[in-house]
Amino acid sequence: MKSSDRRSIIEGHDLTYEYLHYDDDGNVDASYRALKGVSLDVKEGQFIAILGHNGSGKSTLARQLNALLVPSGGTLFVDGLDTREEKNVGAIRQAAGMVFQNPDNQIIASVVEEDAGFGPENMGVPTKEIWERVRKALKAVGMWEYRESSPNRLSGGQKQRVAIAGVIAMKPKCIVLDEPTAMLDPGGRAEVIRTVRELNRTDGITVILITHYMEEVIYADRVLVMDEGAVVMSGTPREVFSNVRALKEIRLDVPFVTELADRLKERGVPLPDGILTVEELTEELEKIRHGDQNRAS
Amino acid sequence: MLKDMTIGQYYPGNSLIHRLDPRVKLLGTLVFIISLFTFSSISAYALATVAVLTVVAVSRVPLRYILKGLKPIFILMLITILFNLFMTPGTAVLQIWKLKMTEEGIRFAIHMAVRLTYLIIGSSILTFTTTPNSLTDGLESGLGWMNRLHVPVHEIAMMMSIALRFIPILMDETDKIMRAQEARGADFQSGGVFHRVKAMVPLLVPLFVSAFRRANDLALAMEARGYHGGAGRTKMKPLVYHRKDWIAFLVMAGYVAAQILLRIFVKI
Ligand SMILES: Nc1ncnc2c1ncn2[C@@H]1O[C@H](COP(=O)(O)OP(=O)(O)O)[C@@H](O)[C@H]1O
Ligand SMILES: [Mg+2]
Repeated sequence: MKSSDRRSIIEGHDLTYEYLHYDDDGNVDASYRALKGVSLDVKEGQFIAILGHNGSGKSTLARQLNALLVPSGGTLFVDGLDTREEKNVGAIRQAAGMVFQNPDNQIIASVVEEDAGFGPENMGVPTKEIWERVRKALKAVGMWEYRESSPNRLSGGQKQRVAIAGVIAMKPKCIVLDEPTAMLDPGGRAEVIRTVRELNRTDGITVILITHYMEEVIYADRVLVMDEGAVVMSGTPREVFSNVRALKEIRLDVPFVTELADRLKERGVPLPDGILTVEELTEELEKIRHGDQNRAS
Repeated sequence: MLKDMTIGQYYPGNSLIHRLDPRVKLLGTLVFIISLFTFSSISAYALATVAVLTVVAVSRVPLRYILKGLKPIFILMLITILFNLFMTPGTAVLQIWKLKMTEEGIRFAIHMAVRLTYLIIGSSILTFTTTPNSLTDGLESGLGWMNRLHVPVHEIAMMMSIALRFIPILMDETDKIMRAQEARGADFQSGGVFHRVKAMVPLLVPLFVSAFRRANDLALAMEARGYHGGAGRTKMKPLVYHRKDWIAFLVMAGYVAAQILLRIFVKI
């Protein structure tokens, strides 16, 4: 199925958002425009990555998708529902789950399984079905053996997987992860990314991954790059990373291999743009070496 | 120091007492405490002793462990007893300087000592055998009727369970901040009480900042998962009375009846 045939799960048009600051009398005395006309269209089953420097508005955008914030201007439809309508809020939060950065501050219960059940409890799901969902969700993230543990005893990566399970148990169509790996060690990061990719591929859950680790976006179908409240680049990871200079201008790093390939190219090595993995680079270099040998003989 | 406190902690186990419905245990503790203050004869205390010892035996929590929990409040108890000994008016038995120890005072002090000890033991059996979660569940469901008096029972229970979840996290954090400040020359160990309390003040600022940030994050996470208060919520682990719980209610009623009978027929 081509992605353009699929149904849109998130449709945002010309979104703006202003943080307002009120004085003591409740009048607006300051405002900050954190989103300046963002448009996006995410199809069901896609894996979208959002990159951007600190303060570029990624979290502000993420919070719109879960109706934690509603747009000041423009329109946003999540699963066909207008986020500005109060009556849609429950359904939107069920359709688009959210995982946050700090693993400690989003686990509510003191037992893993009870935390996974928190969302379904809020939705009014019958007891028997809650257990069913919790079992499935914890198994999907590989945390079923830890169901009776206290979250305090888990590693950062495990806590994030519990948080993901808490969202999965609500049977969402889409998961928005706002820098879920920012506070984890490399092992924990790999754990979380593997879990998210798995959910995307096997269950067809739409994933919107916000991150500033470049290595994590190479699996995405599409990458959006944000700067100062606007989407400044978008395309496949390869397309986005072919533009090393533009990324650096908005203070973003590129994956190490991409950077290496770019520097080699500057020195005259004939490499293509947007190399993303070590394997690709070695392959290209092999090709060049073979070419040289052929010419020499 | 906080780590040595056994009072209020959970002692993992799988005894009959552990498995009872938390509402049964809450009511049982309440009944027991009320009985201590209503029935105060030697025979009543004897019966209470038998009851406590039986429950402790069934719960398989070592008695030694329970008694250890009494230590931190020993001083408080001593003060209460001394106060009662000397401040109760009545016939003097002993006079030290201007303080008179009275016969009534002695009797009263003994009563207080017995009651306080049993009150602590009774409530620690509750906390030793009930996980904090099931305790808050029990409170929420057992006090559900107070909703009608506009007491936000669900919200209070939710606050309690969140507090229980975050206490260890904040303790850890305190520890970290302390070590970070010690590394930069802060001194929490030496000096008098006043000095040490003063040294704690710079600790509180980062701790409060962090606690508020956590509270903010948590509120957002709860909202994102569809939390909208207690209305329309279902329970993953609803409380259901089983046969053993009904039997426990009967035992409780038996205890109260026995106390009443003792008061009527045995006059000591
Ligand atoms: N609650 C708030 N009130 C006012 N300004 C805010 C608030 N939250 C974020 N901002 C501002 O909005 C901008 C975007 O923030 P955010 O969406 O958190 O960025 P990111 O997640 O990409 O780091 C930043 O300049 C930030 O200072
Ligand atoms: Mg952010």
